[in-house]
Amino acid sequence: MALIKVEDLKKQYENEEVITKILHGLTFDIEKGEFVSIMGPSGSGKSTLMHILGFLDKLSSGKFYFEGRDVSQLDDDQLAEMRSKKIGFVFQAFNLLNRATTLENVILPLLYTDVSKKERTERAKELLNQVGLGHRMDYSPNKLSGGEKQRVAIARALVNHPDVVFADEPTGNLDSKSGLQVMKILQDLNEEGHTIILVTHERYTAEHAKRIIRLKDGLITDDSPVTKRQLANINGELTK
Amino acid sequence: MNLTESVHSSWKTITRSKVRSFLTMLGIIIGVMAVIIVMSVGAGAQSLILNQVKSMGSNLVGVLPGASEDDGPPASALGIIITTLTYDDGETIIERGCDCIEDLAMYVTGNETITLENTSVNTTFTGTTASYVYVEDAGVAQGRFFDESEEKGIARVVVLGDGVKEELFGERDAVGQKIRIKKYNFTVVGVMEKRGVSGFQNQDDQVFIPISTAQKLLLGIDHVSFIRAKVDVPDNIEKAMENMRMILRDRHDIKPGEADDFSVRSMAQGLEAISNITNALKFFLVAISAIALVVGGFGIMNIMLATVQERTREIGLRKAVGAKSTHITTQFLIESVVITFMGGVIGIIFGVTISVIVAKVAQFLGYQWDLVITFSSILLGCGVSIGIGLLFGIVPAKRASKLNAIEALRYE
Repeated sequence: MALIKVEDLKKQYENEEVITKILHGLTFDIEKGEFVSIMGPSGSGKSTLMHILGFLDKLSSGKFYFEGRDVSQLDDDQLAEMRSKKIGFVFQAFNLLNRATTLENVILPLLYTDVSKKERTERAKELLNQVGLGHRMDYSPNKLSGGEKQRVAIARALVNHPDVVFADEPTGNLDSKSGLQVMKILQDLNEEGHTIILVTHERYTAEHAKRIIRLKDGLITDDSPVTKRQLANINGELTK
Repeated sequence: MNLTESVHSSWKTITRSKVRSFLTMLGIIIGVMAVIIVMSVGAGAQSLILNQVKSMGSNLVGVLPGASEDDGPPASALGIIITTLTYDDGETIIERGCDCIEDLAMYVTGNETITLENTSVNTTFTGTTASYVYVEDAGVAQGRFFDESEEKGIARVVVLGDGVKEELFGERDAVGQKIRIKKYNFTVVGVMEKRGVSGFQNQDDQVFIPISTAQKLLLGIDHVSFIRAKVDVPDNIEKAMENMRMILRDRHDIKPGEADDFSVRSMAQGLEAISNITNALKFFLVAISAIALVVGGFGIMNIMLATVQERTREIGLRKAVGAKSTHITTQFLIESVVITFMGGVIGIIFGVTISVIVAKVAQFLGYQWDLVITFSSILLGCGVSIGIGLLFGIVPAKRASKLNAIEALRYE
């Protein structure tokens, strides 16, 4: 069974008399353990698609099954619960709380679960160590560099042991070196078995994934694996 | 996240911006403080009045001429002169009254100029019975009080209040000296102990003369203004009052079904009347202070709405990582309640402190002022501040919970 199964997914926004159609009927599957890039220029609908797949937004028509469950039947609280249990988000703008410490930021998603206080801290510390920020736990995020911030955000996305990690332009606010680091972490996570869905407009970033779904004007224009040559190029960059 | 953690996290949020949080709380602080102070100072002032009245003796029963409603003022208190109460009425009560009536004193009062050589003072004279010292528990400092034969025999003797003695004689000995009241010569037989202010009247600024002298010589009347009887134990007050009523009705030929032409009042009833008035006043003042609380509540609401706006991205993030609407509502409600509760606690601390200072100053100045800080007023302060946090926090909290996560995340 596919982890994510989308059939003829459509999304439109209606306000007063204007109907804006964003997604015109998408069909694809994503299996567990995949690393997929959703790529397209701005206005292609890739962010909307990510919001729908990440249970932040509702589809207008079509089908969306997550682990075989029909998502369109879920109410707001159930969607929140799906986000809490199944999803981790990494945002372009990091979205860390500056008034909390790095550790508290990583713990945040667990506040809405029944994970015990002790385990929350343990998990968060372990993840911060994994992303190489074990020594920054008591720092406020505004004292961290962009790359460090995004690594905190990745730790936060993983703390609830999600089935899927969504990364929305994770390198968008980073210099190329930090960007590469972040992409390497995502690749490593994928190697460990995490399903990762990356949303980006940059071909270069998209090609870190194993499969690219290209989107234009709300339609899929291409859905194909990343060739070995492309991957080799990128990994060459990484080792340089 | 359980309640303790939520409160802890709100606490951290609030203490991060101390000045702002303090200003937010200020309305609540002032409101709660005002309520506590008004309740405490009000109770203190009430105690002052009641203590003064009680100092006249709580075993006393008064008889005033003229009918009155139970809770209304007697006619004589309104300045209407009624002549139906007489010396013989008092005598009869003593003779025929129950044993529980230990003694009684009768009174007439007036104002007159008192002269010693070239010094004159205008003062109150009280014509009373020899039993006065016993009934009112008054002490004689020098000399003696007049006796029963003088009381009945229109004797020209006078006992000076401490203040009058001071004014006329200064340090000199007064007992045995002659003074003039109106155009009559009186012999000073005694000086009263200093009593201070009691029952709204300075007891030291008066002189005491036999009641018959006051009636016949100075006032030219036959009635008495009022009677005070001393009852042996408080439990017998009702019985004594009823007993006195019966005797007086009989003496005044009042037929069954007709209303009394006099009023018998216990001190307890008087205290109750005073309490009613001061309670009403206190309630009024508390109501005014409560307005400050409402204003403070709107202040909280305003700041919380601004906070929600400011933290839109945070709310979006929390929703994105799995917070349900109820989580967000709860978080902001707890925040506003923590703010108002802290404001309430600070207000209580200030209010209690100021109440204590007021009481100490009043006591230092010699007033019988009780420091009254009731547990209920503190509980009320806490309860009201929490209530205001909930009431005025609900709108901002609801607004926060309704934010769309996607838009909130994009919010700049």
